[in-house]
Amino acid sequence: MTTSTTLSAASAASVAPAATDPVPVVPARRRAPRLLFVRNAKALTGLALLGLFALLAIVGPWITPYDPSQVSADLLQAPSPAHWLGTDHTGRDILSQIIVGTRGVMVVGLVAGVSATVVGVIVGVTAGFIGGIGDETLSALSNVFLVIPQLPLIIIIAAQLPSAGGLTVALVIGATGWAWGARVLRAQTLSLRRRDFVEAARANGERTWRLVLAEVLPNLTAVIASGFVGTVTFAVLSQVTLSFIGITPVSEWNWGTILFWAQNNLALQRGAWWWFVPAGACIALLGMALTLVNFGIDEFVNPRLRSTGLHARSLRRRGIRPRVGFTPVVREEKS
Amino acid sequence: MSASITTTAERGAVREGGRPSSGGEPVLEIRDLSVDYGYGDDPTHVLRKVSLTLNRGEVLGLAGESGCGKSTLAYAATRLLAPPGLITSGEVWLTGRDGTRADLLRLSDRELRSTRWQDIAIVFQGAMSSLNPVYRIGRQIVDGILAHRPGLSRSAAAERAAELLELVGIPADRLRSYPHQLSGGMRQRVMIAMALALEPQVLIMDEPTTALDVVMQRQILEQVMELRDRLGFSVVLITHDVSLLVEVADRIAIMYAGEIVEQADAGDVYRRPRHPYAHGLLGSFPPLHGPRRELSGIPGSPPDLSRLPQGCPFAPRCPHATDVCREARPVLGTTRSAEHGRLVSCHLHDPELRDVLPAELAR
Repeated sequence: MTTSTTLSAASAASVAPAATDPVPVVPARRRAPRLLFVRNAKALTGLALLGLFALLAIVGPWITPYDPSQVSADLLQAPSPAHWLGTDHTGRDILSQIIVGTRGVMVVGLVAGVSATVVGVIVGVTAGFIGGIGDETLSALSNVFLVIPQLPLIIIIAAQLPSAGGLTVALVIGATGWAWGARVLRAQTLSLRRRDFVEAARANGERTWRLVLAEVLPNLTAVIASGFVGTVTFAVLSQVTLSFIGITPVSEWNWGTILFWAQNNLALQRGAWWWFVPAGACIALLGMALTLVNFGIDEFVNPRLRSTGLHARSLRRRGIRPRVGFTPVVREEKS
Repeated sequence: MSASITTTAERGAVREGGRPSSGGEPVLEIRDLSVDYGYGDDPTHVLRKVSLTLNRGEVLGLAGESGCGKSTLAYAATRLLAPPGLITSGEVWLTGRDGTRADLLRLSDRELRSTRWQDIAIVFQGAMSSLNPVYRIGRQIVDGILAHRPGLSRSAAAERAAELLELVGIPADRLRSYPHQLSGGMRQRVMIAMALALEPQVLIMDEPTTALDVVMQRQILEQVMELRDRLGFSVVLITHDVSLLVEVADRIAIMYAGEIVEQADAGDVYRRPRHPYAHGLLGSFPPLHGPRRELSGIPGSPPDLSRLPQGCPFAPRCPHATDVCREARPVLGTTRSAEHGRLVSCHLHDPELRDVLPAELAR
């Protein structure tokens, strides 16, 4: 809204003199750069990694060299051209296990992350915005969920269910993991709804849902995104942990299952590094990808930081360190 | 018109009589300061080679429309400009009381931090919200003093705080008040008191009174001027209220699109503007004295700094613009009759380009 007004005013101003004067030389208006988010190196790296894992999750079962559960005679072999990441104690191909296991991890992360974020946003923003008794109730609810120990709860639930697959784990994590995000969002909303621009929108006669969706929510993007990334990381780690300690069915492949087999068969003591290092590296890489995306989001959602985030590399090259209170001085010859 | 001139002149004479001698010794010299906004390939050049000198004991007014770079100039000179601001050229020389000179743009962070408030104090635009709502104002003044005078005892600092409040006309028992218990004008005066706490040499006031009513504005500025007479600091007063400036400032610099277009004694700017923009600016508020006249204003609106025309930035709005104005950018130089202490950036004052000056700029 505001942007369009400024733009039209600026163009009107530039048109007015042009109509009366003999062609003042005016440089063309700079074009708004597109796909800004993707130009950020951090976000780009994170997205590329995430994309790779997502691709593996989708096409994994069709591209594996072997059936991950297929027992063979190549027992506990080190990486070789036949088995790129070696084999385990029953001769199963570890690369195939990792590729097939990607889907389990990604689905759990995504389902848990999305469900926890949605619940967290609804509860947190509502509590912060409406105030009063509604706020009290929702806050009490999130406080209760905040103190529920998630992992033991999941173990108990998994023990009760006939088959506690990835989706069950994801939903339990989603159902219990939203409270932290809700708390942060509530606090931020409380501060935002008192700001002048929200008051001004209210004075304009905006409906409450529009105040929430159009005025408050965009300001929460960074918090929501970091909450989402945090939850996804937590969900992935929880699932890997559960598989590692053998709570979820060991026939369902994910990176934790590989670690479960490696641990139970003394991979470390037998020096079979290829058994546990790739799975561990994948978990770390996924976590890193999510964090990088989070950095990118942080720099992108704040229009004021955008210039800094976008030009991080050139800023480093020119020796500029943007800080509040100490404006950088750069004396460079204009070429 | 003539009536108004005499009144202003008389008032000016009275004021000059009571002022400590300024002597024309520069205390803050800004040279060729350029500022960009944006770190990308095509940043917006907000200030282009601006030079400005503030003399000791002087009140220098910075005037101009919104967005012409007044505040940017003040914040860049003190290196307080927030990202994505970037200083690309220039020097800012501060002369200390003992005659030592330092370039603020080359100081280390530590040196710069110790200069702040001690030598250059700033009263911000929204100074009323610069006070922390959870501390009593006394504590905030004392904390500030102790930050720069670590050796001072707390009680001595508290005494100084009380003294400062009295200085700006607030009873000392108000030290125990929280910011919300003070009115906007009082909070503003508290900020001014804080700015004066360490007896700075330069006080920069960025539209200090825009949020206040006219009566309060006048009161506060008169108080600052009185303090200036007593304590002998220099003031940079940024405002778009030219009539206010004409009354309180010694010298006025008028900015347009990131450049200083005219610089002269306050009375001269008011009575005999030399730049068409200054003339237009003065024509856009009613004279307080003398006969009524039609308010003229300035047609058009300020240019977009990211796409300035090639020639004089004011040319599209200037009633006297010619082809040369649209092609070549003028530089700040002497006026046509080379008046003392006057600088103007306009092709009209170049005898080689224009035979005669338009009548309203030649009075």
